[in-house]
This record gives sequence, structure tokens and C-alpha cells, in this order.
Amino acid sequence: MNTEKRSVRERFRDWFYGDTQAFDEAMPMRRQKEHRPDLEAQKEYERERARMREHVFNVEHNREMWLFRKCFEIMGIVLCVLMVCVLLIAVSYLPPTGHADNPANNEVSQLYVEHGIADTGAVNSVTGMILSYRAFDTFGETNVLFIAGCCVMILLLLDHGILKSSAMANDRFYEPKNDVILQQVARILVPIVFIFSIYVMLNGHLSPGGGFSGGAMMGAGMILYTCAFGFDKTRKFFGERVYTAVKVTALVLYGVMITYYYIMGANGLENHIPLGTPGAILSAGLILPINLVVGLQVACTMYAFYALFRRGGF
Amino acid sequence: MDLICNFPCISIVMCILGGIVSSALKGRAAKYLNAVILLAATIMSASVFGYTIMTGESFTYVMGRFPAPWGNELRAGVLEGGMALFFCVIMTLSLFGGQEKLHTEIEPQKLNLYYILCDLLLSSLLSLVYTNDLFTAYVFVEINTISACGLIMISQTGRTIEAATRYMIMSLLGSGMLLLGICMLYDMTGHLLMENIHQTLRASVTAGKFHVPLMITIGMLCVGIAIKSALFPFHTWLPDAYGYSTVSSAAILSSLVSKGYIFLLIKLIYRVIGFDVIYASRVTDILFVFGVAGMIIGSLSAIKENDIFRMIAFSSVAQIGYIYMGFGLGTQAAMVASVFHILSHAVTKALLFLSAAGLADASDGSRRFLDLTGSGYRNRIAGIAFAAGALSMVGIPLFSGFISKLLFAEASVRNSGKMLPAMIALAISTILNAIYFMKTVIRIYTPVKTDQGTILLKKHKLFAASMACFIALNIFLGLCSDWIVDLIETGLEMFV
Repeated sequence: MNTEKRSVRERFRDWFYGDTQAFDEAMPMRRQKEHRPDLEAQKEYERERARMREHVFNVEHNREMWLFRKCFEIMGIVLCVLMVCVLLIAVSYLPPTGHADNPANNEVSQLYVEHGIADTGAVNSVTGMILSYRAFDTFGETNVLFIAGCCVMILLLLDHGILKSSAMANDRFYEPKNDVILQQVARILVPIVFIFSIYVMLNGHLSPGGGFSGGAMMGAGMILYTCAFGFDKTRKFFGERVYTAVKVTALVLYGVMITYYYIMGANGLENHIPLGTPGAILSAGLILPINLVVGLQVACTMYAFYALFRRGGF
Repeated sequence: MDLICNFPCISIVMCILGGIVSSALKGRAAKYLNAVILLAATIMSASVFGYTIMTGESFTYVMGRFPAPWGNELRAGVLEGGMALFFCVIMTLSLFGGQEKLHTEIEPQKLNLYYILCDLLLSSLLSLVYTNDLFTAYVFVEINTISACGLIMISQTGRTIEAATRYMIMSLLGSGMLLLGICMLYDMTGHLLMENIHQTLRASVTAGKFHVPLMITIGMLCVGIAIKSALFPFHTWLPDAYGYSTVSSAAILSSLVSKGYIFLLIKLIYRVIGFDVIYASRVTDILFVFGVAGMIIGSLSAIKENDIFRMIAFSSVAQIGYIYMGFGLGTQAAMVASVFHILSHAVTKALLFLSAAGLADASDGSRRFLDLTGSGYRNRIAGIAFAAGALSMVGIPLFSGFISKLLFAEASVRNSGKMLPAMIALAISTILNAIYFMKTVIRIYTPVKTDQGTILLKKHKLFAASMACFIALNIFLGLCSDWIVDLIETGLEMFV
């Protein structure tokens, strides 16, 4: 490079038009220093903000804030008391509980009690009512659970990569690992819980219980197992794939069965599913399979809630 | 029974099943499934609509083997069929219009969840429209609330989470009130089916029984639905929820979710409690006062706003106020005007949200008015669509907004007591509407020199097509209003 031979003016002109490179030692330019955040200034800024916050939101300094909070509290209490009074007044005018002449004791409940077993084949008339007479409501209610699970997934589901890298940190960060007492108790309890939940699901049409309660028990059993042995062990039989497969199969089966029931019933077509003898395990038509699929769905959702809230994935 | 009578049930179950299957699919497949479902639901609702117009009477559909009052029932008349068709069409157009934006704002592995929410939301809207049973209505109100919450928070920024939390709290308060009201109705009548409640209630009103609890029940039901559909004093959740969520969510929430609840209120007024009982309870006066206040205060807040999405959201408060003012006038004509305004507002508000998103895209994603200057030239289709929507909101003839204002004015003239406040509120609100919408239109068509590139029509065909459909639908409502008003009147008569 022959830059030494050129005059200052030429060099300035070159620099001005950008012909010279800045860092080829031709120009006396200093390389820019790496940006280093000034920690002191940062701290000062945060302190300043905290002071400001204190000043604005602290009731000792801010009279308006104090007034607002007081008014808010008083109004809240007054509103609640008013609401309670209104509701109590309303209740005092309503028919007394358990009276024989109440409007609620009409032909509807009479038919449920008198013809329930003959119509639905279910000895447990509550199950017969929710899965046969008012099947549409129950289908909607199951989907409330499904959509709640979806919303929790939107909020808490983490990407697989993040999940893997933070798995150790999230899983049992605050809890002792491999607690012997818990594991021993779980070894005894989990099989019992599972068997009892299956019993409750299968006997939903015969005895108190059904899909929702049995599923909740099964979910609780799985949560207990996970607490004791960790996610790695649970994932061997219940990972994300299994969760999706079971959930979708159960709900689709439910949907198909219930659609069959609606359309056959509404069009006055013959129902090909026999009701069986009331009291036998294989009876009550569609109620038994529906109880099973509802139970599976509820168990999946229960466990999914736990897993998502604990570590954001399965 | 004709095959078409099965369609309401099939369309509801199909939407739910579609949502369930989508949870096992990837985002793209879920999108196509959702499109198929929307198309099928639109066709089915259209056939139900056509069928009820042809037969001239409504039909009930027993869900299962047991007829009412023991089992669940659906019921479809002209108004139900028309509403279902309308909801399906608006949902389809909103989803198509906001699709590109959606794919940039949502994490790809959560995309299928968005379509699940949409499918279930549609199923709940259809159920709210068709159901003949109050408890079924409550179950689907729950699904509606949860999926609306999901729609708000799917684009996860701090503000959407905050908005969703606020929506959740307010909306659950509303659901709770609604549930208490339904419980008390059941205690007084022993039924959950709308017609049976109506008959039993009529008997007890003539006998003079249950006056106090009935009044409290009416209050509960009205306040519950007013909270959920953002009537004026309960509107505080609305601007953030509509303003910060992703654009197709905002369009769906503003034009469908709140309208579903309002349609439920119309059903409660006509088919459950009875129009005359509601009118005698003077609750209509309270709705009238809050509706009028909402019309004016919503518009004033919109004028103060510096963010285009929040401005449109506040305008929704004013428009909901119009609808409740129609309920408050307490005549058949005003009710027709309110139903027409539901349609008109749904079409226009979805159009405005989608086109505002287009304008913001042409201005580096900024939503502040200063940055939007001249964006109508940079994104022509969004500019035209926004101008059309604004003209409709202000009430220029040819657009649907004009017809609804005309119907409200006619209805208020026939009501001697409330004519003056209604007319004054209409006039003030129209002027305020004009101030903030025309300000925005002038702003987006003020020429300015920037280096921001123009957005070409060719690259956004889906968006352009959906905008064109919305404008066409808007003008269709404006031009064929006689036919539609006739249909609404027939539908309301079928209700009773």
C-alpha cells in the first residue's frame, strides 16, 4: 500500500467518500470497544425505578392511591353483602327444600324414578339419566374437560428441546428424589387404586360411580405413581403419544356412539344395542362402553393437567 | 322426518368430532380439516335455513330416544337457521382472512390447538343457536367461554395473557350468574326445557306466585349475559381482549362470541320468560339506560384511543350498546332492529379488524395512528376494506349500518316514552362514530413519503378474497334489507 505518499487532503477525501477501509492501518482510527453494560448504571436505574414505584404505589406518599384502595375495598364488601342479601331474599321466597308439592317434583323426576330401569337398563338411575336421557349435556360436559386440557396446553406446553434441557431442573427440583417411604406406599397403593377405579368405571350402571369418578381415581393413581417414581418411569407406558392416542380414540368412540344414539332415537329407528337384564354387568346398552371411554378421557386429562403444571410436558 | 331435520345435530357433533381429531393432527392438516368442517357446517345450516323458509314452520329434534321434557331437544326455525348460517359464514371468512397473520404469530406446534378451539367454538355457537334446553345452553356457554379464552391467549405476549385472565374472571362471573338464574328457574318450575318453563312460569305469574324470585332471576340472567357480551359498565375486559389477540381471534370474538350470548338472551326473553313478563318487570328500562350510556361512552373512549385495534374494540362497546338499546325499547320493531344490528355489526366489525391488521402490516406492524399515515396506498385492498367498514359503521346508505340505524330510529319513533332519549343518543353516537372513523380513514389516505414497500394483492389472495366477500356481504345486507327484515320478523314470530 502506498498511502504514505498521498497528501492529507487526498486521504481525507478518500475517507469521506468511503474509498479507504477504516481498519487497514491507513487511517488513524481506533477500533470500537466491545460494548460492556455498565452494571453500576444499570443498578442505579433499577434503584431509581423502584423508588419511583414506591413513591407512586405506596399509600403513605400517594393520597389518591390510598383513597382508591379504601374505596375499592369498601365497595367490594358492600357489593358482596348486597348480593348475599338479594340471594337470601330470593331463596326465602323459593319453595322449601324437600316439600312434596314443590314444582321440581313433577312428571319429569317421576318418570326417571319409575321407568328409569326399564328405559335405560341401568340400575344406577343417575348414570341412566346423564348418559341416556340427557346424553347431549354429558357429551358437552366431557368436551368442556377436553377443551380445558387444550387451553392448559396452550399456556404451559413447552417445546421438546427446552423440555429435555430443563428436565432435570424442573423434575424434582424442590422435592427429594426417590423417597423410600413414598415409593413403598405407592407400590402398595397404586395397583389398588387402579383396580378400584376400573371397578368403578365398569360398574357405573350398577352402583354409585361411573366414568367421571372412576377416571378421576385412575388419574390420581397415575399422579401418585409419577410422584413416587418420576416422569422417566411413567413415560415408559404413558408418554405424549399414548396420551394423544388414548384421548382421541376415547373421545371419537364416544362421539360415534352418541351420534348413533341420537340419530337412531330421533328418527324412530330401531336401536340394535340390547339393553340386557338390569343388574348384569353386560347390560344397559351403550352406557357401559360410554362410561369406559369417559373414564379414560378423564384419567388422561387429570394426569395431563398434573404433568403440564409440573414440568410443561410429559 | 326429513333428512334435513338431522342437520343441526349432525353439524354440532361434526364440529366437536373435528376438534377432537384435530388434536392428533399437525397444524396444516388441522387447518384443512377445519376448512372442510366450516364448509360442511355452512352447507348444512344453509339447508336448514332453506328448509324452514320452505315449510314455514319450526321443527324440534329429539336428541336420543326420549322426547322433551325428559330428554334433550334441539329446535330450528327461520331465525335459528339463518343465525347458524351467518355464524358459519363469518367464521369461515374471518379465519381465511387472518390465516397468514395467524401462522406468523403462533408457535407452529400449537397451531392445531388453535383450530381445535375454532371447531369447538363453532360447535358451541351452533348449540347456543339451536338448543331448546336451558341446561344444554349453559354447558355450551362453558365451552364457548373456555375456547374464547384460548383464542385470546394463543399468541402469547404478556398483554394477551393479562387480557385472557381479565376475560376469564369477568366471564366466569357472568357464567355464575347465568347458572344461578337457571337454578332458580328450575326451582320455580321444575323444568329445564324452554317451552315447559314458559308454560309453568305463565301459570305461576297469573296465580301471582314467585314474584320476587322471578324478578331476581330475570336480573341475574340479564346481568350474567350482559357481562359476557360486554354491555357498558361491564366492558372493561373488552379492549385488551380484542385489541391484542391475533387478528382472526379478534374478528371471531367481536363478531361471533358476544353475539352468541345475545342470541341466547333473545331466546330467554321470548321463549323462556316471555316478552310481556320481561317488559312488565321494567328490566328493559335498565337495559335501555345502560345501552344508551354504552353507545356514548364507548364512542368517547374510542375517540381518545391512539391504537387502531383498541379504537375498533371500543367501537364494539358502542355497537353492543345499540343492541341493548333495542331490547330496552321493548317493542317488536326494536327487537327486529336489534337482530338486524347483530348481523350488521358482525359483518362490519370482522371486516374492520381484518383490514386494520392489513394496514398495520403495511406500516411495519405499528398500530399507532401516526405510523398508519398513508397506509391505504401501501395496502390498497385493506384500505378499501377499512373505508367500506368505516362507512358502514357511520351509517352511510348502501351499507348495512345505515339500515340498522334506520330501523332503530323507526322503532324509537313508535315508542312514545323513550323516543327522545333514543333519538338523541342515536344522533350523538352517529356523530361520534363519524368523528373517529372518518379521522382514521382520512389518516390512512393522507399521502406521505416513506420507504415502506407496498403490499401487493397477488401475494395475499386469500386475504383479498375474504375482504371482498365481507364487503359484498355488507352491501348485500344493505341492499336486500327488506327481505332480511321480513325473515327476521317471521323468525321472531316462530319463536313464540
